[in-house]
Amino acid sequence: MRLLIIEDDHDAADYLAKAFREVGHVADQAFDGEEGLALALDGRYDVLIVDRMLPKRDGLSLIGALRASSVETPALILSALGQVDDRVKGLRAGGDDYLAKPYAFSELLARIEVLSRRRGGRGQETLYRVGDLELDRLSHRVSRAETEIALQPREFRLLEYLMKHAGQVVTRTMLLENVWDYHFDPQTNVIDVHISRLRSKIDKGFSRPLLHTVRGAGYMIRDGAR
Amino acid sequence: MTALGKLIRTTTFKLTLVYLTVFALFAVFLLGYFAWNTQRLITQQITETVDAEITGLSEQYRQGGIRRLVIVVEARARRPGSSLYLVTAFTGEALVGNVGSLAPGVLDRTGWTETLYRRQDESEGAEHQALVRVFQLPGGFRLLVGRDLEERERLQKIVLDAGRWSIALVVVLGLAGGFFVTRRVLRRVDAMTETTRTIMAGDLGGRLAIAGTGDELDRLASNLNAMLERIEGLMHGLKQVTDNIAHDLKTPLTRLRNRCEAALRNARSEADYRAALEATIEESDGLIRTFNALLMIARAESGQAREDMTEFDAAEIVRDVGELYEPLADEKGLALKIDAPGPAPVKGNRELVSQALANLVDNAIKYTRPEAANGANAEILVTAQGEGDRILLAVADHGPGIAHEDRGRVIERFVRLEQSRSEPGSGLGLSLASAVAHLHAGELRLEDNGPGLRAVIALPRAGPQALPAP
Repeated sequence: MRLLIIEDDHDAADYLAKAFREVGHVADQAFDGEEGLALALDGRYDVLIVDRMLPKRDGLSLIGALRASSVETPALILSALGQVDDRVKGLRAGGDDYLAKPYAFSELLARIEVLSRRRGGRGQETLYRVGDLELDRLSHRVSRAETEIALQPREFRLLEYLMKHAGQVVTRTMLLENVWDYHFDPQTNVIDVHISRLRSKIDKGFSRPLLHTVRGAGYMIRDGAR
Repeated sequence: MTALGKLIRTTTFKLTLVYLTVFALFAVFLLGYFAWNTQRLITQQITETVDAEITGLSEQYRQGGIRRLVIVVEARARRPGSSLYLVTAFTGEALVGNVGSLAPGVLDRTGWTETLYRRQDESEGAEHQALVRVFQLPGGFRLLVGRDLEERERLQKIVLDAGRWSIALVVVLGLAGGFFVTRRVLRRVDAMTETTRTIMAGDLGGRLAIAGTGDELDRLASNLNAMLERIEGLMHGLKQVTDNIAHDLKTPLTRLRNRCEAALRNARSEADYRAALEATIEESDGLIRTFNALLMIARAESGQAREDMTEFDAAEIVRDVGELYEPLADEKGLALKIDAPGPAPVKGNRELVSQALANLVDNAIKYTRPEAANGANAEILVTAQGEGDRILLAVADHGPGIAHEDRGRVIERFVRLEQSRSEPGSGLGLSLASAVAHLHAGELRLEDNGPGLRAVIALPRAGPQALPAP
């Protein structure tokens, strides 16, 4: 994956670039808004990581300029401003995701991977399948090995989100944001309990578990055989 | 700036001057109009009288000739307060009359003239103004009849004098009044300026004096006072936050640092370092969480979040939050019941209200022990209901509750009661709930659930009318 990191703090940018290279991605760097815009305009990146406050041109205006010239590269905004309305402003300006500083690298990585696959992703599909687990988005039915599983509406949405991003790490915050639409920290890890409930419904009694915990990052649904 | 210069610059004084000018001009106009009208009336009366006399005398002349005219004129001229008469022959020689001298050439023109004259019985130099008419009689005789204008002059003088005096009076009184009023206003404004200056210099406790008259300066002063009250409150809050940050963020920071130092000193294996680093990350995550909560509280308290308020159904929030926490309660052996049939319309920041309620539910789950309760007691009830013009979002548990005397204190930031020290948490949950309630012009109530705690977020019910400003 080709990434462009637009961040004026050299230390932070170097750290990110190094960390992304370690997991096998290519990461270029730009240190101000103008340079970032110039690099991003040719559109050969998979995801842009844009700091919100940049010298010369701020992050939101950079993304606005890109979108105005029909460059639709997904952009994740990094910002010290973490309130809901800051987020809304960021997304309205054309950003695709928003992450408040400070963040865990695993969180950023998970979000970047979800963003990069979004374009060719499974957004339009009506049937998700992972191993012998099937989720029908139209009839709201879930079955594993041909046996129907009864899920609560929220459990269905949770599984739907996980399966949409099958094979990718999904963090607790991503689940809270996308399944519950909450952007605050619920203190206790309520998500874990929801996941373990879901797990008991889809994995219990099967020799091959599909819903995995990724230590220090989040969860992933995937067919263990592959 | 001199005191006088300052006075002249004031709005009050400028207004006084404008009013004064307008009134003076008005007075001049009024008096002028009055004088002009009076003069016209008097002149008209004179001409009428003179015309009548001339008509009468020329009739006498027509009937009895010059002799009869002379007799009549002689008789009339002798009456006290009489008009002026003069009859001349065609040579210009005076035949009869009471006019001693006239301005030269008056008799040569027939018609109306204003002229200086002297009566026959008066000495030289005592000349008066008169309005006369010269009439040509058949046979070369000329008849002059006129009236003294002294009356008119006197009236004019009276009017002029009155005008002069009244304008002088208006100017003097107006200036004095303006000066007095301006000085009064100026003194109060100066006092206000002085007070605000001391407040700006740092004494936030100062307040503007209110005269109690209820006038615009009083209203201004009381508004400024209200503003100062708010500023002082905010400053106080800021100070408290800084103090608390200093106290409660430094403690974990110290711990963090100590742990790193200990790892550097004692760690032998890679596993030791790894464990130390993981503990460090965990500790810093806790710090970030506390910091975020503090920022959120500060934001709610400063009223910034008021911008993105929408109308929503609070019952839905109760159901959502309840559903989010239900598995957690279940795992702990507690029954989380939701009773929110709705609708419970509220105008506000949905995210903040959700978080406030989540904090209360989180607390209830944290502090209720299933083993301490027997059966039915291990229940947490989350409800949304209307009560008059309020919507109550309540979380009732059967945990240890909060003693009456501690209820005010626990809402303060970072306050954690002794018995809860062992539980994880930042001590900011109730502060945030309270700040959010205040932001929405509501309140956080902590009540006895007998046994246990009933925490209620009371919010104004959103109706057709807008949310009243808190």
